[in-house]
Amino acid sequence: MTKIRNIAKYVFLTIVSLISIFPLYWMAVSATHASIDVIRGALLPGNYLFKNLSNLLIAGDVRGAMINSFKYSIVMTVLALFICSLAGYGFEIYHDKAKDAIMSVLLLAMMVPFVAIMIPLFQMFSKWGLLNTTLGFLLPTLSTPFLIMLFRQSARSFPHDILEAARLDGLNEFNIFLRIFIPTMKSTYASAAIITFMGAWNSYLWPKVIMTDKTSITMPMLVANLKEGYVTDYGVLMLAVLLCSIPTVIIFFLLQKQFAEGITGAVK
Amino acid sequence: MGNKKKLSLSQKQNISGWIFLTPATLLIAIMSFYPMIRAIILSMQSGVGARITFSGLTNYKRMFSDAIFMQSLKNTFIYLIVQVPIMLIFALLLASLLNDKHLRFKGLFRTCIFLPCATSLVSYAIIFRSLFAVDGYINTALVNLGILQTGYNFLSNPFAARIVIIIALLWRWTGYNMVFYLAGLQNIEYSIYEAAKIDGATYFQILRKITIPLLKPMILLTAIMSTNGTLQLFDESVNLTSGGPANATITMSHYIYNSSFKYVPNFGYSAAMSFLILILVAVLAAVQMKVGDKRD
Repeated sequence: MTKIRNIAKYVFLTIVSLISIFPLYWMAVSATHASIDVIRGALLPGNYLFKNLSNLLIAGDVRGAMINSFKYSIVMTVLALFICSLAGYGFEIYHDKAKDAIMSVLLLAMMVPFVAIMIPLFQMFSKWGLLNTTLGFLLPTLSTPFLIMLFRQSARSFPHDILEAARLDGLNEFNIFLRIFIPTMKSTYASAAIITFMGAWNSYLWPKVIMTDKTSITMPMLVANLKEGYVTDYGVLMLAVLLCSIPTVIIFFLLQKQFAEGITGAVK
Repeated sequence: MGNKKKLSLSQKQNISGWIFLTPATLLIAIMSFYPMIRAIILSMQSGVGARITFSGLTNYKRMFSDAIFMQSLKNTFIYLIVQVPIMLIFALLLASLLNDKHLRFKGLFRTCIFLPCATSLVSYAIIFRSLFAVDGYINTALVNLGILQTGYNFLSNPFAARIVIIIALLWRWTGYNMVFYLAGLQNIEYSIYEAAKIDGATYFQILRKITIPLLKPMILLTAIMSTNGTLQLFDESVNLTSGGPANATITMSHYIYNSSFKYVPNFGYSAAMSFLILILVAVLAAVQMKVGDKRD
């Protein structure tokens, strides 16, 4: 009886795992086939990859979209980590009643749905000339209560002795943060970097709103635009999806543990 | 003297603290709270371009006689009521299976189930759109297996299209929630499970009497997050079904986007609809916290 249950458990987990992988496997395989072979149900890699690539390069500015996506996501990650970790550190290390109260007000921002502020943000940003700019992409999500919480939580474990010792050594407050806190909290920074990069890379609604110019679009936007044609070339479409997914999938496989810690980090 | 110097030092530190949190705080104030207030004002205005007039609650009244908006509200709630519970139960089941010290290939299973989270919402929506197309892989497989005569157009039947969206959402988010439960389970002493097993407790007894009560805060959190996410669904509606057939799958965010940027822009009306989402998010979160907090 226990044995049967044990086998059933493995069978169940195997089926769920296969279902989880299959769409991505099919996508990657389809990227190497002509559309007609995708329709026929090809499940093994083909030899049409380079033909699809040259067709894709004609269909859309993949290079431009890739560069944009990397530019927006990397700048976002660096700035968001700096601003939010500085704030998280400030809220925790120097905490008093006033700062705690501000923090709980900031947490309310977590409840604000993005669609609710999208239109005023669009109006503000068009007035400020921020459409089609990196800054325009960044500003709405540069500072998030989630990241501030994550760093506030990690600052809680920052030893007070080290802080006092650094002060006695004559280091000023900002240098303590820069030279001691950041290097000690490498793993928190790694987790935060992954979730911020992935969030920025995958974001769709906001770029769709402010990137009105064809040369400013991101990879997800390019992929979404490709599906609009009358006849879908599945090989080309799946190759675009593959290119859009490669950066985040690589990060996932290399840093899965930090990614998992990142999404659950602020609630522990 | 010494006392005075110490005081100024701690004042200095206090000022540093304020400086450190200012940029992040200002950004949230300007990029979230200020637009929220603007949205409320906007929602009480009508007209396009320069001819903006104050119209009180007209936009809010209009919502309830707008057939497409009511349809989008209904669709969103169908996703919420059907998909979220299935997903959370499934995630809990998987997490409790993977939390077994004696399980082999644990890391491999976890990686596979977690992997969908690495794909962007646009990407997976388009993968599922292609898989379930008339000439997509699912139909090819069903025809080859002799289950169907010719390809079935899943995305042109309202019921089937909603099911496809729900399947896609389950695929993308179950692993995500599972990770939260796995993190929560790590805080539970493993010896409790061992003891229960020695006492002859079955898998479902352990789940009901130990796992679920101890994971309650995590379950509450994931329920609130999923509700919040579902009320804001956008990418899937736009890219998987394009809201169709005949608005059968359109979500609130998708309709709001259309009425602000696709059709003749009506920002006031859109702001009113989006304000309703804010209210729904807040009310449902409050209800869940109330229910979740009950001691039994």
